Amino acid sequence: MKTVWVVGDSMISPLGETTAANYQNVRAGKSGITKVELTELPFYASTIANLQATTTNTRFENLVLQAAQPIVIQTTLPPDKTLFILSTTKGNIELLKSEPIIGLHPRLALHAAASHVAQQLGLKNSLVVSNACISGVLALITAKRLLQNGEYDHALVVGADVLSPFIVSGFQCLQAMSSEPCKPFDKDRSGINLGEGAAALLLTTTPESFPTSHKIKLTGFGLSNDANHISGPSRTGEELASAIAQAFTQAKLTTEQIDVISGHGTATLFNDEMEAKALTLAGLNQTPLTGLKGYFGHTLGAAGVIETIMAMQGMLQNETVDTKGYTAHGVSVPLNITQGVKSQSQKRILKTASGFGGCNAALILEQE
Amino acid sequence: MTITSYCIIRNQQVLTPNETLSLTQPSFDDFLTALYDRLQPNYPRFYKMDNQSKLGFLAAEILLKEYSIQSYKPETVSVVLSNANASLDTDIRFEASTQTVASPSLFVYTLANIVMGEICIRHSIKGENAFFVAPEFNARLMTSYSHQVLNQNKTEVCLAGWVDVLGGQHNVFLYLVENRERGLALPHTATELEKLYRQ
Repeated sequence: MKTVWVVGDSMISPLGETTAANYQNVRAGKSGITKVELTELPFYASTIANLQATTTNTRFENLVLQAAQPIVIQTTLPPDKTLFILSTTKGNIELLKSEPIIGLHPRLALHAAASHVAQQLGLKNSLVVSNACISGVLALITAKRLLQNGEYDHALVVGADVLSPFIVSGFQCLQAMSSEPCKPFDKDRSGINLGEGAAALLLTTTPESFPTSHKIKLTGFGLSNDANHISGPSRTGEELASAIAQAFTQAKLTTEQIDVISGHGTATLFNDEMEAKALTLAGLNQTPLTGLKGYFGHTLGAAGVIETIMAMQGMLQNETVDTKGYTAHGVSVPLNITQGVKSQSQKRILKTASGFGGCNAALILEQE
Repeated sequence: MTITSYCIIRNQQVLTPNETLSLTQPSFDDFLTALYDRLQPNYPRFYKMDNQSKLGFLAAEILLKEYSIQSYKPETVSVVLSNANASLDTDIRFEASTQTVASPSLFVYTLANIVMGEICIRHSIKGENAFFVAPEFNARLMTSYSHQVLNQNKTEVCLAGWVDVLGGQHNVFLYLVENRERGLALPHTATELEKLYRQ
């Protein structure tokens, strides 16, 4: 089976328009989360102020383009051998205005938005992964699988979601939104903050065509379903633990060989508890665990890609960053949650995610 | 690795390798209820679901009644689905609800993959999930991806296909791919899938 390498990355959030700027701001403890008073009910979210719609593109499409363009400009991607994978939950949902179906905007269809953007990037093959909050991690897994099947040599994976009244009113009516900046794994955590962002990773089976200063590959992965509840996580964490175990088996690694975990850490009561139980079942409760939602909020379809890129930065710099918002331990089992910026040599990282519909994903990245 | 069975639901008609059933009703909602009543799964949760989940649920009932997956361990059964309209049908209904009181019970269905969650709950499926959005049923993508699912990790059987709903338009093509041979035992190729889908 061919090895799949990461040879490019780029990301946009309120914390910056490059990977380096975002990582520097995370390192410095800055957060993109602010109080937003657009609706009757003010809420905390991480929003990109200078992101606008243009005549050709929606805000969402411009965000996807801004994340992807730096990679496309720096590389030569043959259109026949490159797959563009868009990870998003709601895409252009802001175009929905309670119209009758006949009047629907054509680019409300996620695949239409993806091909509209792909065309502007000079790419012709596109695919959308839309699997709730595991979309980003699943998009990377999908890229790996399709590259290994040999149909494509390169995959440009972009995860993106923007805030819209649709999403905000949805999470508000679920009472899932915190009335303060979120606190992953903390005893006072009270829900999520939504976030806007986009991140792009370039994956390839021919790394010699893309000179990079690092050698990072996607190795093991696992996926599972809780078969329990569509909007609440597993009570035991067994299913996320099973996805993690499959990732280890596939990568032929043992738990001690993982240096850092980038968790999902949404800061809801139930998600963080489930994750804590799952990591314990997987034998990883001593391994440093970072949650990044305190910097970026929950960026939905972008989260898996953004958090993977930040974890890769940590691996390249050999350090762990602070789990912003976490001060007092608030889950029922002990975990080794990262606090402050600390140096730690790293060769292998684990990214996990879980989402509505009971889905779980785990992915291991290794540096040679 | 072979395709063992399938279930198609379109134009208020159910098509399986063994039967064709027409249940023409005045509306798509009525059709869903009529099909539920005929199958009698005794699953009150059905009434809480949005139309896409109802449709996927009913197709899975028909498919898995005849080709049971109960002998498989939950974590060895995977689901790979796709469609063109993600959850747009329910998005429209939720958006309408926000004009008065936003409905949490509608909002939880405004994700494309929830239909997989419902099928997993009903049949205790704990394997892999993947949901793709594409302009039309893409036999090549589905074969390529499902092939990898069945060759990696623990999967022994893959419930795959297309579940698309928008307004009264509905189109389902669910099929089983298994590592063991039974039923149709057709080769798991894009050509065979395309043939089944286009019939």
